[in-house]
Amino acid sequence: MIEVENLTKEYGEFRAVDNISFTVEKGEILGFLGPNGAGKTTVMRILTCFFPPTKGKAIVAGYNCFEDSLNVRRRIGYLPQRVPLYEDMKVNDYLRFVAAIKGAPAKEVNRKAAKVMDDCGLSDVSNKLISAISGGYRQRVGIAQALVNDPEVLILDEPTVGLDPKQIKEIRNLIKELAGRHTVILSTHILPEVSILCGRVIIINKGKVVAVDRPENLATESAQRMLLRINGNVQMIEQELSRVSGIQGVEREQASGDTNGFIVVLEDEKQGRQGIQAMIERNRFELVEMRTMEVSLEDIFIKLVTKEEA
Amino acid sequence: MNIRNVGLILNRELKSYVSSFTVYIVIIMFLLMTGYFFYNLTATFSIVSYQAQSDPMLAKQYQLLNINETVIRPLFGTIGIILLLMTPLLTMRLLAEEKKTGTIELLLTFPINDVDVVLGKYLACLVVVLTMILLTVTYSILLVTFGEPEVVPIGTGYLGLVLLGASAISLGLFTSSLTENQIVSASISFAMLFFFWLISYSAPLVSAGMGRFLSYLSINEHIESMSKGVVDSEDIIYYLCFIVLFLFLTLRSLETKRWR
Repeated sequence: MIEVENLTKEYGEFRAVDNISFTVEKGEILGFLGPNGAGKTTVMRILTCFFPPTKGKAIVAGYNCFEDSLNVRRRIGYLPQRVPLYEDMKVNDYLRFVAAIKGAPAKEVNRKAAKVMDDCGLSDVSNKLISAISGGYRQRVGIAQALVNDPEVLILDEPTVGLDPKQIKEIRNLIKELAGRHTVILSTHILPEVSILCGRVIIINKGKVVAVDRPENLATESAQRMLLRINGNVQMIEQELSRVSGIQGVEREQASGDTNGFIVVLEDEKQGRQGIQAMIERNRFELVEMRTMEVSLEDIFIKLVTKEEA
Repeated sequence: MNIRNVGLILNRELKSYVSSFTVYIVIIMFLLMTGYFFYNLTATFSIVSYQAQSDPMLAKQYQLLNINETVIRPLFGTIGIILLLMTPLLTMRLLAEEKKTGTIELLLTFPINDVDVVLGKYLACLVVVLTMILLTVTYSILLVTFGEPEVVPIGTGYLGLVLLGASAISLGLFTSSLTENQIVSASISFAMLFFFWLISYSAPLVSAGMGRFLSYLSINEHIESMSKGVVDSEDIIYYLCFIVLFLFLTLRSLETKRWR
């Protein structure tokens, strides 16, 4: 659905996007992850035909973003980062305007605007001026205008910024529902968002692709860690633990009362787990807690980004 | 170009004008200023006419007693200059505001051509200026009711005013496309409009041919003959070229924004 080949964008001397290539399949949700200034917005602006790339090409829904810009623009819905809206318009007037300008026939305009207002939970504020509604509603109006006329491709630049947790959840659910019917690219620097929403992640930093993978795979790539809480003699447990095969290292972790906490880095997950179990049974330690620690995308992200810099 | 899209942009811009405070202020100031000059011109005219009744020498000066010459022509000239003062205040927001608030990013990624955007915005502002000019028709109605002016020069004078206003909007739209600061846009508009107004002042200083050329360039010279009742194709062509040139430059300016 989206093909990007050797995309480069320079602002004068500054290279914002450096030779990026990727593809997005139909119905996929692709996460665009990177620190501020990594080039996420620049890529999105090229894909939405706001400006052309310096080099390379971008193809959306079979049309070249530069040569066939109108055909691309007919098939995308775009939510820019700061959610720029016409403050002096009422919500329903604005959505009707967007529906019409995106080519909905005059008879359909009202119905289409009403539908997105319904989908995005905007019915309560439909008669309010955009300048008068809260940030959460603004964001939803932004998403609603991207969704109106059911575009094939949705490009959302940080769709959940500035929302409260409840609203974030609602917006995420909304985006999740879009998968399948729409192809979605969303950028964010909130990592859990990516693991919740996206089938695939592209991590970019300083205009270059650092990693492309499924969020789960990115997580399993780095070593598994396990948290153990065990009652008993600290030194003895630590000694015994370090002898278990399949374990890379042991760290002490704060724990309360008689319980001792350890973080174990596993080399081979299965072997390590069995080893620990056998060790505890042999020594008759009292096991309080044992669980794998989720590797957060933050860790991977920082690792990848700093690795790149080193 | 797509008429429907132009209409949609035009409609949105008009709503935006109607809901903004600036437009009402501009219209009120415009009417106050033109009304003041209208009052002065007619008051002077009636005093002179009154005095001519008892002063045979004065009565021989037909020019002074011709309402077309002493009221209507100067009135159109003045309205024209006040229009030049007012239009930058109407045009400054057209594109500069969209750039400031970032709405241009959505506008230019909607499936419409840049031409539609430019024409829609241009026509919206033209509607406001036409309304302003239309409101001054009250002055002419008063003159026709209480005096006996020739009507044709009034009609052609209005044609001149409309063309002058349309030209000023075109230039203003262009300066609005240059910057995201409305004040900067208005300042450049003022400077350029005054340049086109005053350029004929240097006509006497240069050779005759060059002088004629400079007068021809002047935006106000052309309304002068129209308020006398003369419609010269030269004048119409001047205004049309002026409008098309700056609309074209606006389009180019939008296009280069995409390249930066």
